[in-house]
Amino acid sequence: MTARIGVVTFPGSLDDRDTQRAIRLAGAEPVALWHKDKDLKQVDAVVLPGGFSYGDYLRAGAISRFSPVMETVIEQAKAGLPVLGICNGFQVLTEAHLLPGGMLGNDHLHFICRDQKLRVENATTSWTSDYESGQEIHIPLKNMDGRYVADEYTLDKLEAEGRVAFRYLDFNPNGSLRDIAGITNEAGNVVGLMPHPEHAVEPLIGTGRTDGLPFFTSILKKLVNA
Amino acid sequence: MSRTPLDTVEHAAATPDVELPWAELGLKKDEYERVVEILGRRPTGAELAMYSVMWSEHCSYKSSKVHLRQFGEKAPESDALLVGIGENAGVVDVGHGYAVTFKVESHNHPSYVEPYQGAATGVGGIVRDIIAMGARPVAVVDPLRFGAADHPDTKRVLPGVVAGIGGYGNCLGLPNIGGEVVFDSCYQGNPLVNAGAIGVMRHEDIHLAKASGAGNKVILYGARTGGDGIGGASILASETFDDAKPSKRPAVQVGDPFQEKLLIECTLEAFQEKLVVGIQDLGAAGLSCATSELASNGSGGMRVTLDDVPLRDSTLSPEEILMSESQERMCAVVEPEKVDRFLEICDKWDVIATVIGEVTDGDRLEIYWHGGKIVDVDPRTVAHDGPVYERPYARPSWQDELQADDANKLPRPSSADELKDQVLKLVASPNQASKSWITSQYDHFVQGNTVLAQPEDSGMIRVDEESGLGVAIATDGNGRYAKLDPYAGAQLALAEAYRNVATTGAKPLAVSDCLNFGSPEDPAVMWQFAEAVRGLADACQQLGTPVTGGNVSLYNQTGEVAIHPTPVVAVLGVIDDVARRTPVAFQEEGQLLYLLGDTREEFGGSAWSQVVHDHLGGLPPQVDLERERLLAEILISASRDGMIDSAHDLSDGGLIQAVVESALLGGKGARLVVPDGLDAFTFLLSESAGRAVVAVPRSEEVRFNDMCGARGLPVTRVGVVDGDSVEVQGEFTLTLEELRKAHEETIPALLA
Repeated sequence: MTARIGVVTFPGSLDDRDTQRAIRLAGAEPVALWHKDKDLKQVDAVVLPGGFSYGDYLRAGAISRFSPVMETVIEQAKAGLPVLGICNGFQVLTEAHLLPGGMLGNDHLHFICRDQKLRVENATTSWTSDYESGQEIHIPLKNMDGRYVADEYTLDKLEAEGRVAFRYLDFNPNGSLRDIAGITNEAGNVVGLMPHPEHAVEPLIGTGRTDGLPFFTSILKKLVNA
Repeated sequence: MSRTPLDTVEHAAATPDVELPWAELGLKKDEYERVVEILGRRPTGAELAMYSVMWSEHCSYKSSKVHLRQFGEKAPESDALLVGIGENAGVVDVGHGYAVTFKVESHNHPSYVEPYQGAATGVGGIVRDIIAMGARPVAVVDPLRFGAADHPDTKRVLPGVVAGIGGYGNCLGLPNIGGEVVFDSCYQGNPLVNAGAIGVMRHEDIHLAKASGAGNKVILYGARTGGDGIGGASILASETFDDAKPSKRPAVQVGDPFQEKLLIECTLEAFQEKLVVGIQDLGAAGLSCATSELASNGSGGMRVTLDDVPLRDSTLSPEEILMSESQERMCAVVEPEKVDRFLEICDKWDVIATVIGEVTDGDRLEIYWHGGKIVDVDPRTVAHDGPVYERPYARPSWQDELQADDANKLPRPSSADELKDQVLKLVASPNQASKSWITSQYDHFVQGNTVLAQPEDSGMIRVDEESGLGVAIATDGNGRYAKLDPYAGAQLALAEAYRNVATTGAKPLAVSDCLNFGSPEDPAVMWQFAEAVRGLADACQQLGTPVTGGNVSLYNQTGEVAIHPTPVVAVLGVIDDVARRTPVAFQEEGQLLYLLGDTREEFGGSAWSQVVHDHLGGLPPQVDLERERLLAEILISASRDGMIDSAHDLSDGGLIQAVVESALLGGKGARLVVPDGLDAFTFLLSESAGRAVVAVPRSEEVRFNDMCGARGLPVTRVGVVDGDSVEVQGEFTLTLEELRKAHEETIPALLA
C-alpha cells in the first residue's frame, strides 16, 4: 500500500510537476489538485508547490489563499492533514494563517538562485522524520520574496517550542530573521520552507544532490505506518 | 481616434489625393509608391499601418534577405531537420519520437530604452515562438552584450536587463541554462540582448502558422490589446538612435509573465486535445503580422472583425489595434465544432479568448471596423512580398590597416612575475570574471530536468526520464574576432558553440543565429554582414549542421559608429543518456590533464590583447572546421565511453582561463607543465581554436591516448589535477583562494 499525496496547481504554480515527480520517486502516488476545486480527492497529504501563483500580484500567496481549494486545505490542516508548503506554498500557508509570520522581499532586492546549506532543527514533524535533528543538508533555494519575518514574541515562541524546522547555514540568502528557512505548526503536520526539496531528489539533476528526498519519504512512512 | 468619415477601402478609392503619414510610419517614398501600385489605389490608414510594420526592416528582412538565402542554398543534408527556416522556429528530430524546437532572437533596441521591460518581453516573445510550434518550452538562454563594465550607463542597463530576464523567465518556470555576458565599449549605446529558448514535443505535435479550411474560426486569446508597443518594430528596431528625436519609451512593450504562463498552459492543453489547425504568436507587428502570415501561409483568405478584439483602451483606433505589440497574445485557427472546447480551456485558465474572424475561400485578407471594410489586401503582399534591397557593400578602407596591426607583435610579459600578474588581471577582467552575480538571479532548477547550466560549456536538459535522452545548447559569438575578419569571425562563433556542445558530450545537430550588426545603409556594415553570413553558411555546410532559423538585428549603431559585427550562434546537440555528460569542474585529484588540438601564436582579438593592451588588431585565430569536427567526435566518444571526467573548451583567455575555471568549480587545483616547443605565454594565453582540455582518470590514460592517436588528433599531456593552487611549473603559482577572489569579486564590485 502506498500513500496518495496531492499537489495543488494554482494559476502561476511552477514546481507542481516537479513536486509530483519527487513524490513518485519517493514511492508515493502524486495526485493533481486544481485551485478551483474544493475536492481534495481523498488524498492523505497535500503539497503547495513553488511558483508565482497569481503572478505574486498584491503580495506573494495573498490571492491563492482565498482560492476554493484552500478552504478545504485550511479546514483539514487544522484537523491534522499533513500539508507542506514550498516557497510560494510557504507564503500561501502564512497568508492562510496556518503558519505564523510572513515573507518580505529579499534584503538585497534581487531574485536569488543557489545551492543552499541548511540545518534540520526539528526532525519530528510529518515531513522531516527521515532526517536527524541537527543534520546539515544542501537544497536549492530560488526566490524573490524569501525574507521570513515575525514579531519578537512569535520568534521567541517558535524557538521555545522547537518550531523552527530549518535554518540557513553559512549564508543567509534573503535576510530572514534568525536565519529561519522553514517552520512547523504546533502539531507538526503543517510545514513550510523557502528552499526547494523537490529539486534535490535525483543524483544527475540540478545540483546533483538528493538531500530533499527525505521530505517525501518521511511523509510516506508516516502515512503508510499510520 | 477615428477619422470622420471612416477611412474604408471605398473611401480610399474615392479620395486618391489624401496625404498619408507614410514617412512617419517608416516607409520610404518608393515603398509607399509600391503599396499604391499593389493595391491600385491609395491604401487606407489601416492598410498603411499594416504595410509599414510588415515592411519594416525588423519584420521583412529587406536588407538581409538576399544574403540569408545562402542558409537554405548551402544547407547540408540532415536527417534531423523536421522544420526549417521560415516558420516561427526550426524543429529538429532528437530520437525516441521527440522533436526539439529552438531559436534565438534579439530584443536589443527596446532593452536600451527600457532595460527591464525590453529584456523581459524579449524572453516572452521567444517563448511564444516556441509554443507556437506546438512545443512545451523547457529552457531559455540569454546571450548579452553591454558597454564597458565600469561605464556608469552599464550600471543602468545591465541590472535592469538581468532583472527583466529573471523577472519574466523565473515567473514562467523556465530554467535559464546558458548564454553569455560580454562587455565592450562598442556596445555602450547599443547593448545586445539576445534571447533563446528550447521547446520539446512529440513529432506528431508539430504545429505550423497557417490558416486553412474555409469556415474555420480565427481566435485571438491572451491579454487584451492596448496602446503599448505601437510601432515598436517599424520605428524602434529599424532606425538608428538619434539623440535629437523625442523619447521612444512609449514604443516599448510591457510584459506580464503571469499572463504568459497561463497562455503556455492553455495552449498546450488545446494542442493536447488536437483543437488547433494553425497558430501564430503576436510579436512584432502584432495583429498585422499574425493575420497576414496566417492567411498567406494557408490555403484561403481571412475575414476579421476588428471590433471584436478585446481592448485595454477603448479609444484605440483600428490602425493602432493592428499595430499594437501588446504582449502575451496568440492567434489560433480552430475548426467551428471545436471552438466551444477551445474557449472552455481558455476559460479554465482564466485566459480571455474571442473569435475575431474566419478563414474564407477567397484569397484576400479583409478587415472590418464599425461595419466598414478598412483592409482588403492580398496577404502575401503584406507578409512575404515586401521590398528586397540589394544594398551596396564594400570592404571598408580601414580593414587592411586593422589587420596589419598585428597583436602578435604586442609586448609580452618579460618575466614569470609579469606573466603571473597578467594572468591574474585576465582572470579578474570583466569578460573573464565569474558571472554568478548575474546568473544567480535566474532560476536554473525549475522543471527538474536541468543536467547542466552556466557556467558549464553548454546547458543540458533531460528530455526523457526513462532513457535519459537529453539536449544541449550553447551560444557563442566574438565581436572582436568578427571585426578583424567577419567571415572567419562568424565561423569561429559557430566553431565555439559546436565545440561547447561536444565538450559536454552531446552531438551537435543544428544551428540558430542572431545576427547583430550596424546600419545596412553603410556599405562597410553591409560588407561585414555579407561576409559573416557567407562564412556561417559555408561553415554550417561543412560541419553538417543546418541553420533552422534565427533573427537579424540591424541598425545597432549610434550616429556613425556601428557595434562590432556580432553574429551570435546557437548550436543544439543531442545526448543519448545525460548520465554520460561531462562537466567543466575537476572531479578527482590525480587525474591527468590533456590538451587536445594545436596551439599557435594567435593573439589577434584575444582577451589578453584587450585586457593588457586595450588593443584590437591583426587576424583572429585560424579556422579549421575539419579539426573541429574531429575534436567533437573525440570528446563525444570519450564522454560516452567514460574516458574523461571533466572537459572544458579553450576560447577567450586561452588554456589558463579554462584550467582556472575547472579548478574553481571543482575546488581542486592543478599543476601544469609547459610542453616542449611552446613558451609559457603562448601555452597559457593563445586563443587558437579547435582545442579543449580534458581530465583523464589514470585507468583510462592508455585507451584515451590510443583513441586520439588512431584518429589523428594531437594530444599533449600538460599536467595533473592536484592541490589547492594552480601552478605552472617553473613560472608561478596562484592559490585557489587568490584566484577565487580575483575571479568572483569583479562583477559584484562593479554592478551590485
